[in-house]
Amino acid sequence: MIYADNAATTKMSSAAIQTMTSLLNETWGNPSSLYLHGQKAKEVLEKAREDVASLIGASPREIIFTSGGSEADNQAIRSAATIGKKNGKTHIISSAFEHHAVLHTLEALKKEGFEVTLLNVHENGLVVPAEVEAAIREDTCLVTIMYANNEIGTIQPIREIGEICRRKGVLFHTDAVQAIGHVPVNVEEECIDLLSASAHKFHGPKGVGFLYAKKGIRLTNLIEGGAQERGKRAGTENVPGIAAMATALKEAVAEMGQNAAHLTKMRDRLIAGLSEIPHSALNGDPVRRLPGNVNFCFEGIEGESLLLLLDDKGIAASSGSACTSGSLDPSHVLLAIGRVHDVAHGSLRLSIGEDITEQEADYIIRSVSEVVEYLRGFSPVWRDLMAGKKPFIL
Amino acid sequence: MALYSEKVMDHFRNPRNVGVIEDANGIGEVGNAKCGDIMKMYLKIEDGIVQDVKFETFGCGSAIASSSMATELIKGKPLSEVKELTNKAVAEALDGLPDYKMHCSVLAEEAIQAALEDYQKRTGKEI
Repeated sequence: MIYADNAATTKMSSAAIQTMTSLLNETWGNPSSLYLHGQKAKEVLEKAREDVASLIGASPREIIFTSGGSEADNQAIRSAATIGKKNGKTHIISSAFEHHAVLHTLEALKKEGFEVTLLNVHENGLVVPAEVEAAIREDTCLVTIMYANNEIGTIQPIREIGEICRRKGVLFHTDAVQAIGHVPVNVEEECIDLLSASAHKFHGPKGVGFLYAKKGIRLTNLIEGGAQERGKRAGTENVPGIAAMATALKEAVAEMGQNAAHLTKMRDRLIAGLSEIPHSALNGDPVRRLPGNVNFCFEGIEGESLLLLLDDKGIAASSGSACTSGSLDPSHVLLAIGRVHDVAHGSLRLSIGEDITEQEADYIIRSVSEVVEYLRGFSPVWRDLMAGKKPFIL
Repeated sequence: MALYSEKVMDHFRNPRNVGVIEDANGIGEVGNAKCGDIMKMYLKIEDGIVQDVKFETFGCGSAIASSSMATELIKGKPLSEVKELTNKAVAEALDGLPDYKMHCSVLAEEAIQAALEDYQKRTGKEI
């Protein structure tokens, strides 16, 4: 199988598995216990916190371990909203193509009286810093913009947005789930106040993530209970998972340069090859995107059929088609960059892994071309387009 | 477990009766590209019997499989039977569809009904 769905999840690295299994076998104590067996686990936990913190330019006290990216997003936004409300500020700025963990939290806050401005992400899938600045009001308590988009991979101008927010005195959160471990992130240099991350997107285990909250930001608890995580996230810590996350992140950061160089080369090879398919279009900026992300729309076909036939050819990928989501609407991300429904249904996301070879990239190009041509062969939409009954969109 | 039954995958991978009938006397098209499914059925009806049927579909795996199965169910059948075809029969013949994909079988039923209506309009014959 050629696994090209790393934005959905990644395979754990051998080193992360090694860390996790050895802890499951040997250091399985409760870090809150006072005897040595528990304190050993505590030591592992705090070492992981130091490692994770240093890898993103934070200090250990600024890291809260969570169950993953969604929890971190929820807690970051809820916390900023609580702080804002206390100061009479109930306006939040975000973008139209955030992850649902962010958008749905904002929807919930709207019902509680908050006002939300969703910024345009334009055709290239990028937020414009000047538009963030223009949207900030007296009562704005939070700007939350994702670091890199999960579908089209576009990398946002985080530092510029961070600097604007810092200057204006507004909290800045970024959902960095797709970025951490793939592109350099430094919370200090980029003026980030809150950041969410998830281990399984960088070859760590599922069910683990972290929230970075700059010193001085009072967090709101989502889970009440014991005093774990400085009282900000109750529940016995998932020590093996957390330590494995730290191992995976260390590895990802150490190998980032060479991984990114290879992935970028393969990504651009895929983009060039797939662009040869008539009436296709790349989604998102061609350069300011994650090294492993390729996302295309193919006119006249539907994404789920494409995925199933690629699966038959041993290629695992994903699509923003409605049929892959169980709703009638295609991906909100593709709609946000201005793709109309008709072509958004025919999208394909390839999120390639570091081990992809040139031969595999070429096989993907060949396979996608064949499947698209085959499906167009009996698509009534394609027939009408070819007969000139409808104009091509792409 | 796979998303679809083996029957669905078989009809999706090897769709029966794909294509166009140039001298069709009943054509029905339903759905729209906005919601991601369009089905077009071509019928060649002679002596009250569906002598030939072909389809074209823009849509997901279950939409393609539903069209394919529907064509098999009506080919060679008298119109009295064809007009009674239900989406349930299509779905059952495919060994079931996931709940949120049932609308694909509805589209297949509607495409055939639309083709029959077109036939009636063209020929003035009652079914």
